Amino acid sequence: MTVAVLDRAADLPARLPPVLRERGQREVFCGLTGIVWLHRKIQDAFFLVVGSRTCAHLLQSAAGVMVFAEPRFATAIIEERDLAGLADANEELDRVVDRLLARRPEIKLLFLVGSCPSEVIKLDLSRAASRLDAKHGETRVLNYSGSGIETTFTQGEDACLAALVPEMPAAAPGAAPSLLVVGALPDVVEDQFRRLFADLGIPAVFTLPPRRAADLPPVGTNTRFLLAQPFLGDTAAALEDRGATHLPALFPFGVDGTTAWLRAAAAAFDIAPDHFDRVVAPGRARAARAIARHRDRLAGKTIFFFPDSQLEVPLARFLANELGMVPVEVATPYLHRAHLAADLAALPAGTQLVEGQDVDRQLDRVRAYRPDLAVCGLGLANPLEAAGIATKWSIELVFTPVHGFDQAGDLAELFARPLDRRDRLAV
Amino acid sequence: MQLTVWTYEGPPHVGAMRVATGMTGVHYVLHAPQGDTYADLLFTMIERRDARPPVTYTTFQARDLGTDTAALLQDAIQDAYDRFQPQALLVGASCTAELIQDDPAGLAKALDLPIPVINLDLPSYQRKENWGAAETFYALVRTLADTTVERSPMAGRRPRANLLGPTALGFRHRDDVTEVTKLLGQLGVDVAVTAPMGASPADLARLGDADFNIVLYPEIADTAARWLEKTFGQPTVRTVPIGHGATSDFVREIAALTGIDAAPLLRSNPSRLPWYSRSVDSTYLTGKRVFIFGDATHAIAAARVAADELGFTVVGLGCYNREFAKPLREAAARCGVEALITDDYLAVEEAIAASACELVLGTQMERHIAKRLRVPCAVISAPVHVQDFPARYSPVMGFEGANVLFDTFVHPLVMGLEEHLLTMFRDDFEFNDAAGASHLPAAEAAAVIVPVAANDIEWTPAAEKELGKIPFFVRGKARRNTEKFASERGLVAIDLDTLYDAKSHYAR
Repeated sequence: MTVAVLDRAADLPARLPPVLRERGQREVFCGLTGIVWLHRKIQDAFFLVVGSRTCAHLLQSAAGVMVFAEPRFATAIIEERDLAGLADANEELDRVVDRLLARRPEIKLLFLVGSCPSEVIKLDLSRAASRLDAKHGETRVLNYSGSGIETTFTQGEDACLAALVPEMPAAAPGAAPSLLVVGALPDVVEDQFRRLFADLGIPAVFTLPPRRAADLPPVGTNTRFLLAQPFLGDTAAALEDRGATHLPALFPFGVDGTTAWLRAAAAAFDIAPDHFDRVVAPGRARAARAIARHRDRLAGKTIFFFPDSQLEVPLARFLANELGMVPVEVATPYLHRAHLAADLAALPAGTQLVEGQDVDRQLDRVRAYRPDLAVCGLGLANPLEAAGIATKWSIELVFTPVHGFDQAGDLAELFARPLDRRDRLAV
Repeated sequence: MQLTVWTYEGPPHVGAMRVATGMTGVHYVLHAPQGDTYADLLFTMIERRDARPPVTYTTFQARDLGTDTAALLQDAIQDAYDRFQPQALLVGASCTAELIQDDPAGLAKALDLPIPVINLDLPSYQRKENWGAAETFYALVRTLADTTVERSPMAGRRPRANLLGPTALGFRHRDDVTEVTKLLGQLGVDVAVTAPMGASPADLARLGDADFNIVLYPEIADTAARWLEKTFGQPTVRTVPIGHGATSDFVREIAALTGIDAAPLLRSNPSRLPWYSRSVDSTYLTGKRVFIFGDATHAIAAARVAADELGFTVVGLGCYNREFAKPLREAAARCGVEALITDDYLAVEEAIAASACELVLGTQMERHIAKRLRVPCAVISAPVHVQDFPARYSPVMGFEGANVLFDTFVHPLVMGLEEHLLTMFRDDFEFNDAAGASHLPAAEAAAVIVPVAANDIEWTPAAEKELGKIPFFVRGKARRNTEKFASERGLVAIDLDTLYDAKSHYAR
């Protein structure tokens, strides 16, 4: 099914800016990091990384603080004796899972999460998952890979959600059309979108991931889905394999993005345009007001994106079009051209896009451009600040509610704050 | 396979990074996938370093496996040399690269770089961070120390010592080095080389020129110090100067070694700890039950300070680094407790809960445990947190370190007179624990976690009410003691008499 509203995507080929492809040292988290937010979202799921001490150390360092008594994630650390023979490693894994589930009987969904070492020794976690699933009737056991040799940062969420798609129940043939919102959103944002869809008159709205493992939404040929995040390529493909239809749109950041995203759903459900306009008008007005407060500080300022969360393209579009910022370089680990078509088309002409990374060369360029703001990972932020370049940590963009009308002001503020801070400080 | 919730130490290559990042003129090429670059943030965020760690990661991906990971590594080594121009290069593999066996040493050697290239063979599936740091420092020292150095005669100059062990991301290493250097200066001893922190490869070359070595952090420097002892015949000072007593011993040990008269320094009341501890307000510290956990060096030192210098009772002592289990066991025996040697966070939590302690001295991990158990806590050891790099000068070594430890151990506790006031006014309308904290007007009173008795002993309403009058921070202990007392005597109900009989039974 094709939706007419593509928001300027039609003239895409002519406008697609040149893409610089880089391959060198990367400075980015692996897909295991997604566990930090996914385990908060799916409240009865446990994530067991099968990996090394490095994986465990990454998770607790990325989580920043150890807030939880017994978090719903852990690492089965591979030891020397496990490397001696694969049969051993499987027995050891069974023992670890037995112990874990005996201790945490409330867990309804267990993910075995593959890591770099488990991939390299070719430990077959999909066989392990089906073996353990049969053994532990009360707990569904699935697997995906969050390894750094295959996934970058947010791609871990894509891999996790893609692993859930085959588990989704089939929608009854001839079921009424339903809307599926794909991507982990904070509960508060999810609830805002649910209210908007209800006001629009879209009756059946589901989310992936659900808050509880048992509430996996149905999927079928009458399922229309919106992607809430730009990094869900595999999940989208898996949903399409099950007959669902993607509703392409701008990603829901800022007034334009949120409006276009909601409109794609409204169009697919034949909602009258004047009703749509009425429903979104209050949200649009609130968002425009909240954004306007930051416009003076951000307009005309240059911004440089290091490749990190894959949110770079839609965020650059939002900051350029709604706040008047000037993106001098927009780098992303992976450019999903189809899903980002509308956002790419809406970028200012001539924006330099970069796919992949060579961190030393990017650092050379950022020092040469001296942008007003650089968006980067935690490892680079303080060194850039010390070099006189204001920064925004990209990890905050995945840990903070930033989608939708009522977070548009907060999103703008995330970029305005480092500049505000510089203006205030007299030391 | 080991099920791990939280880990006290990182992998051994993070230890190597701590050594490389602490030094100048050294670069580390690490054969590792992209995710391993998270380690940079430990240094730039937790320690607030203003430069990236001197580390190049090869960041190989799945598509590189089996094709050209070796070439990738070799290119990375050449590029790192060209870009950073280090005086010495470390090469090694992280856990994943260790499995693909690309031979970093051979590949680096083939490049024939005009600088020393040191191969680090750090087995990730057996060893951990501290061991990795020790091994890296040892490899650097063994390769770079000039064994032909001839020490100048002692006559006519001050004695010279090397300070060994401080690294990047170390618990208070920055200030400890300043404090110990100052202390040595007061004694009349010069510091020849401090390493790894602040040292260049050229500095390591002249390690043999010092008269003796001081091991500040045995976890990191012991291996290298043994080699220096053997190679240059340098004596090693192994007393770790944490606490007033240990610092005094440290001074005496150096005095004996150098023939310096330390008596004037020791007579000069160099720290306030002894008087603060003897002053009457400290009376309430007597016999406070303290649980101590950390790296072995800091835990052992904290136990001595707690018991001998503050008059606490040590009810638990443990460390997470098995390599130093022996000295920790000896220290635990001196305190009359069983040593807890484990890196299982849940086992530590269980031991702390069972100890009914009134203060926890631990790491950032124990801080979380203590918060949940509503027990005060102070951090005395790595693993570190951004708060362990305070803006102010805050050593834990030397005489100023003893002052810092007094404040650190005492401030989390309810102060002496305050404790009496809490008891006197426990039914006061705005002072009882149901009212919440007085400085937080709208705060709800936090629920007090009281373990439920495992047996069927019942509390009479009068006894339950009386229990409620006991300040909340000791109520859990009073409840447990009373129930234990009752069950040992086969009582089925606890009344007022049982409560006060138990109180007198457990009175110290």
